[in-house]
Amino acid sequence: MVGKMEAVNGVKSGSNSTASTFQSAFFKPDLSLKSLKLKTKQQELLIRVSILTLVYILAFITRLFSVLRYESMIHEFDPYFNYRTTVFLTEKGFYEFWNWFDSESWYPLGRIIGGTLYPGLMVTAALIYSIIRFLRFAVHIREVCVLTAPFFASNTTIVAYFFGKELWDSGAGLVAAALIAICPGYISRSVAGSYDNEGVAIFALLLTFYLFVKAVNTGSLAWALASAFGYFYMVSAWGGYVFIINLIPLYAMVLLITGRYSMRLYVAYNCMYILGMLLAMQIRFVGFQHVQSGEHMAAMGVFFLMQVSNFPYIHMHVFYFLDWVKHLLSDTKLFQAFLRITVTCAVGVGAIALGVGTASGYISPWTVMYGLTSMYFAGVMVRLILVATPAMCLISAIAVSATIKNLTQLVRTKSKVAHTGSTKGTTSGKASSKLCIKKPSLHFSCDQASLDQSLPFQRNGAIALLIGAFYLLCKYATHCTWVTSEAYSSPSIVLAARGAYGNRVIFDDYREAYFWLRQNTPPDAKVMSWWDYGYQITAMGNRTVIVDNNTWNNTHIATVGRAMSSYEDEAYEIMRSLDVDYVLVVFGGVTGYSSDDINK
Amino acid sequence: MAAPLRFRLALVFSVFALLSLLARSSSQDLQIANAERRIDLTSHIIKVFLTLKVENTGASPASEILLAFPPTQVDHLAVVKAAATVGKRKKKTYQPLDVNPSEQPDSPNGTKYFSVSLLKPLGKGESVTLEVFYILTHSLEPFPVEISQSESQLVYYRDSAIILSPYAIKQQTTYIKTPGTKVESYTRVDPTIHAGKELKYGPYDEQPPYSYSPIVIHFENNNPFAVVEELVREVEISHWGSIQITEHYKLVHAGARHKGIFSRVEYQSRPSISGVSSFKHILARLPPRVHSVYYRDEIGNISSSHLRTDSRKSELEIEPRYPLFGGWKATFVIGYGVPLEDFLFESSDGRRYLNFTFGCPLVETVVDKLTVKVVLPEGSKEPSAVVPFPVDQHLETSYSYLDVVGRTVVVLEKKNVVPEHSIPFQVYYNFNPIFMLAEPFMLASVFFFFFMACVAYLHIDLSIRK
Repeated sequence: MVGKMEAVNGVKSGSNSTASTFQSAFFKPDLSLKSLKLKTKQQELLIRVSILTLVYILAFITRLFSVLRYESMIHEFDPYFNYRTTVFLTEKGFYEFWNWFDSESWYPLGRIIGGTLYPGLMVTAALIYSIIRFLRFAVHIREVCVLTAPFFASNTTIVAYFFGKELWDSGAGLVAAALIAICPGYISRSVAGSYDNEGVAIFALLLTFYLFVKAVNTGSLAWALASAFGYFYMVSAWGGYVFIINLIPLYAMVLLITGRYSMRLYVAYNCMYILGMLLAMQIRFVGFQHVQSGEHMAAMGVFFLMQVSNFPYIHMHVFYFLDWVKHLLSDTKLFQAFLRITVTCAVGVGAIALGVGTASGYISPWTVMYGLTSMYFAGVMVRLILVATPAMCLISAIAVSATIKNLTQLVRTKSKVAHTGSTKGTTSGKASSKLCIKKPSLHFSCDQASLDQSLPFQRNGAIALLIGAFYLLCKYATHCTWVTSEAYSSPSIVLAARGAYGNRVIFDDYREAYFWLRQNTPPDAKVMSWWDYGYQITAMGNRTVIVDNNTWNNTHIATVGRAMSSYEDEAYEIMRSLDVDYVLVVFGGVTGYSSDDINK
Repeated sequence: MAAPLRFRLALVFSVFALLSLLARSSSQDLQIANAERRIDLTSHIIKVFLTLKVENTGASPASEILLAFPPTQVDHLAVVKAAATVGKRKKKTYQPLDVNPSEQPDSPNGTKYFSVSLLKPLGKGESVTLEVFYILTHSLEPFPVEISQSESQLVYYRDSAIILSPYAIKQQTTYIKTPGTKVESYTRVDPTIHAGKELKYGPYDEQPPYSYSPIVIHFENNNPFAVVEELVREVEISHWGSIQITEHYKLVHAGARHKGIFSRVEYQSRPSISGVSSFKHILARLPPRVHSVYYRDEIGNISSSHLRTDSRKSELEIEPRYPLFGGWKATFVIGYGVPLEDFLFESSDGRRYLNFTFGCPLVETVVDKLTVKVVLPEGSKEPSAVVPFPVDQHLETSYSYLDVVGRTVVVLEKKNVVPEHSIPFQVYYNFNPIFMLAEPFMLASVFFFFFMACVAYLHIDLSIRK
């Protein structure tokens, strides 16, 4: 772990001192534990907190490559829209934001921003900004937006730790935290400047899952409630919440089928589903979709299924009602008839509702299927890498943790026998930091790990495997750092290339154009461009655009596309009809920039 | 339309001037024996050097000498300075004199005056040689008003061939220096000679007071017409060893407006012909030992800048995102830090004072409105500013990192600022060094309470169940 820290620290010289302090804080207790007379539990806590702190910092600083290499700026396309809305939110307040009709995009149609976005990210950033301002730190909103994703990535490591701890043990939790801190799949969407929904959403996703698992494990209503709020945050942040609302029922379903159903699941699921649904419906962009669209039907189905399968439990509560009815009817036959009628009615009403729903187009049976199968197809898409990352990290964390734990146990048992328990803190200098991490857990399990000592070369084999595992983990950390720095830390709005003499050449033509538009065109000028540049023109150029990356109106996009690809005289007519003042065209012919407008 | 109108006005003005001359008798019997005027039109900041030999022919001694300006020039007047020449030839020294705007009772046609106060009154029959220097801004009128990318910029300059003065001038000459040899047209007031880069008007003999003879010169001037419409300089003093300066610029090319398209290909491939009237970069002169320099705008860092530093000066060559053509604007921010000990001193009475340059660091630019904000450290008291020329002053409060009561800000505002205003000014204030410890103490106590809370949390059992 410490080795990874240092590898990344080489980039930012300023944090070396911090790292070394942590390092000393990390090793010191090892050497002078006896003198400090810390209890084992305190030692473990200290080590755990130190490692978590290191991982927390690591997760943050490994995402800062783009800031160091370029500048503190917003990347790509969508983040510019998010940035613009966040600035609006901080300037005008929440109600203005919620009711914002943006006439600067989709001219002349406009766009109802408040009703067509997931506000979680903007509200989070604005909240952080106002807290920082309240504490009198003179920070610009842009800095907050740039660093929101790394900050939430750091928070995700903490959640991953608790999740791992919940699933396996604290060792697995630590490995999970470390893995998720450097995992490229997650870094790709959460580097500094990548101010997009996913940055916050992965945190919310993992938090919701963690809280739900916690709720299922404890059967506590409080955890279920927390999970519902986690779900609410997720819904407010990203459209990917559909993944949660399908995965949790799937999980409940699997539990049901495998016969591991319990009252705890019932409490957790019902509380989470009902509250989560009600909360999710508060987000305007989701609204009634949550009960109408097919993607959400799985959750509802499982909900009803659970009520049915929970019949024995329900019966307990309904019993008195039925008893009262029975008493009222005072006839067994009549009662049975009543029961039959009631059940038939319920089923009939359900069927009719489904039929009516299907006929009227609210629910189609196909969408139910689609909702379920889309999960699979989404898996084919690149974007699911992001959603799958935390899961993969957790699973591999458990694997790594368990492997190393078992191996170290072997090593420890032997050495304990050899040295008769005298060496507690004298792990050899070459021993990996991995060993140090594992020590607390190992310490506890030493007694029970009196394995058979009959196998020859067992200890040597274990050491070899440990070194191998350590080597692989180190390689993985270097690889992750390399990938982050090479592949994921480019803002894509500023292009960098190597000149003929190895010097760095920066192509800043996009911002040149946007800034020219901002400074030298009338404030009400309408700019036409391919929709890719819409968000950037409105955010950086501060001018009205015809189409943007929201792509909600195909006709409009088609009209612009036609104008772009027609002959000049035809295009001119179309542009006149769209009331266009300026046209932004990207031509890459001079510098050999391949993704220009001609290539679209 | 505007040009002939102004011309006619100037004509009417001159007629009135001559008429009023008859009615008005010179209150003081001063006259100018010899006057020489050199007008430098090479940049868009017009510098005029005026050498006057003033004689007192009256009976009473005169302590003030008046300089007259037509009202159209007064609005564009940025600086007026005067000095008296003492000694002859090689031992010649200059004594700076006070120049103040002055109101005269019956000034013809709204003529504005500045009075030069002599160090000792000019006695009967004595004479004194004055060197007057003044700067005019926004006085070159582009014509044609709009030009395309490849055209060069032509401007009008209007003045009088005869120096406007409340005194009779025995002999006078005016030299006008143009940036190039290309002069489209000029008004002839014989004797007038055009040779190379120079136009010579005069010598004219025995001109009565308030003589005026309007001239128009139409010439090529492709120098950068860099005008900063608004400049806000924030000077933030930290007693921890640094002064942080942040400058917000609104730069505009004030020359002939750009017409038609801008072709980048043409601009780059034929730099000598294309875009001659535009400018690509500007030089900013920063103090020596400058550090942490940045140059950015609302949408991020601008990568095209070069910083050259040596022990005596720092030069920052900034390049806006796009070349500036006539009428184009660019806003940007320059920020830098300088060591505290270079600019903050303690005066003999124990007060501290900041000694800093007032004007705009960009060379050859006019600033229409300059605001200098000196942000004093938290806890500073009784601030007072000493500026060598009149400025508007007021106080503000600003909040920065970890401020509780806010910092006192001394705001100095001045309009029409030229490079000649880049002279030091002082801001005096009282400061108790104990205030320096307030913020570290706050931070330390926050961490202290945080760790105390952690310790407490680990040692206290909060569970209800036993």
